[in-house]
Amino acid sequence: MSQTTSTRSPLRKRSLTKNRLPGWALWAVLAGSVIVGAALSSLAGFHVVTWALFSAVLFVIASYAVTFAVEGRRKAADHLATSLITAAFIVAVLPLISVIWTVLEKGIPGLTYNFLFTSMNGMSGVVDNETVANGTSVLGGAYHAIVGTILITFWATLISVPVGLLTAVYLVEYSKGGALSRGITFFVDVMTGIPSIVAGLFAAAFFGLIFGPSTRTGFVAAVALSVLMIPVVVRSTEEMLKIVPNELREASYALGVRKWRTILKVVVPTAISGIASGVTLAIARVIGETAPILVTAGFVNSINWNVFSGWMTTLPTFIYRQLMNPTSPTNVEPSLQRAWAAALLLIIIVMLLNLVARLIARIFAPKTGR
Amino acid sequence: MSKRIDVNDLNVYYGNFLAVEGVNINIDAKSVTAFIGPSGCGKSTFLRTLNRMHEVLPGARVEGEVLLDGEDLYGSGVDPVAVRSQIGMVFQRPNPFPTMSIRDNVLAGVKLNNKRISKSDADALVEKSLSGANLWNEVKDRLDKPGSGLSGGQQQRLCIARAIAVAPQVILMDEPCSALDPISTLAIEDLIEELKTEYTVVIVTHNMQQAARVSDKTAFFNIAGTGKPGKLIEYNDTTAIFNNPVEKATEDYVSGRFG
Repeated sequence: MSQTTSTRSPLRKRSLTKNRLPGWALWAVLAGSVIVGAALSSLAGFHVVTWALFSAVLFVIASYAVTFAVEGRRKAADHLATSLITAAFIVAVLPLISVIWTVLEKGIPGLTYNFLFTSMNGMSGVVDNETVANGTSVLGGAYHAIVGTILITFWATLISVPVGLLTAVYLVEYSKGGALSRGITFFVDVMTGIPSIVAGLFAAAFFGLIFGPSTRTGFVAAVALSVLMIPVVVRSTEEMLKIVPNELREASYALGVRKWRTILKVVVPTAISGIASGVTLAIARVIGETAPILVTAGFVNSINWNVFSGWMTTLPTFIYRQLMNPTSPTNVEPSLQRAWAAALLLIIIVMLLNLVARLIARIFAPKTGR
Repeated sequence: MSKRIDVNDLNVYYGNFLAVEGVNINIDAKSVTAFIGPSGCGKSTFLRTLNRMHEVLPGARVEGEVLLDGEDLYGSGVDPVAVRSQIGMVFQRPNPFPTMSIRDNVLAGVKLNNKRISKSDADALVEKSLSGANLWNEVKDRLDKPGSGLSGGQQQRLCIARAIAVAPQVILMDEPCSALDPISTLAIEDLIEELKTEYTVVIVTHNMQQAARVSDKTAFFNIAGTGKPGKLIEYNDTTAIFNNPVEKATEDYVSGRFG
């Protein structure tokens, strides 16, 4: 009896593995298509891009054909889908890697102590010409732009977060689906799509009406940015408050806790991690705005710590100016270097903000563990 | 520390829909009263009207009166928050606050209302409430751990501890064991038996054996059909309801011949 079960039938083994490509088969197809791809590419003057393109197309066709012949239609379709998804993934990621790589490559040389802690005050084309002529390191930096970015974004956040948070609390906790809440939701949706320059013009015109034309301060820019920020904060906070289970609210009410205390001490703390990451995303969205800053805060080369008077510069407007109006029209390299360094700095700041949001989310997240 | 509840001609609405019609019931202090009946007959809805939790839902309203030791809960000028601090509630699914530790969950009723409490008083209250919910020995070494890390049965007992920590007169339980296993159910049933020495307990249950085991009196609710309002069919001593019911519908339901 045990004889029949313990005997390994060579025939049966083969029947289980038949119609299956061995593990190395697709690698072989890949190697073959890379070689043929190189050959095809060199026909029309060799280039890495055409080589990769030809190889990829060849691999997709050849692997489909090979699997179709051996494993059948279903497996072949599976391989084709896998290839296409992988290709889509590479196409999506390539620009990102390329951007980060370029910014790192061109930005790191300019990211010096001098760049971080001096402004462009007194930097003229003459200085840049001398720098290039003597081969010394680039003078002048983005200190004023860093100060401006941090101050304007801070004030924009200070305006947007309370307004956005309270709007979301009203929509989720208090509104009963009436005309007011439907109106707010509609206008929040419309505001999400407002072009940033329109927000800038709105703030400039609004303050122009009150304080006279061409009033340009950091605070006007902060108002313009908060117009862009509020809808994002409302939307993300609303979604986060909606997913707080109703049972928690009822549990709190059943303990004889008032509604506003329930919201303040149960609902918002439960959703705080999501709210924090939503706010960070909103900040990341507005910190790179250029056009509204130019029309509301103007552009300066000196440091200005006061958001309520005087023009201000942020990193995006600094980059824009350095690219479009180089300090020295004849020797643009120092200006280009400053622009790339500022771009790198902007990316670093946004990444730091993301880290802070994750930290906040982790600290406030509902506790787990036994 | 317990009060009786008398309900006179209570109609419960969701918007214009009459969900429960014409309930008259007298619930004695320091007793366990069970509400039984098929799904959708309005027993949970009725239970929620006893501490004004019903009106939390949009459009929900009530006609009639509910007297807590003679005081009408729905009288003018009555603050629903004050009602709820006298009549506690335990829900179907255990719902400890996920952002709070076990200790903070028990103290939630105190802390969320921003009442000042000394640390020694708080410690005493935590121990008393958790002991009252038969949970103290299981969690006394991990009071600072989150409440959501407990098992389902422990979480439900934590919710009961949270409810009794605010010293209510009445405790309402909305199918407190339906999400629990038999062992945890037994623990909760033992607890209900102890709770009735100090509190008035009202429990909604789908489990007729449970009603027979824990309650002194039983109310049978039924519904004539979908879209029709639920009604209180029969209310009597538990033994009478299960052994010698007056109404035909009650007999059919408790003997399993229903529907």
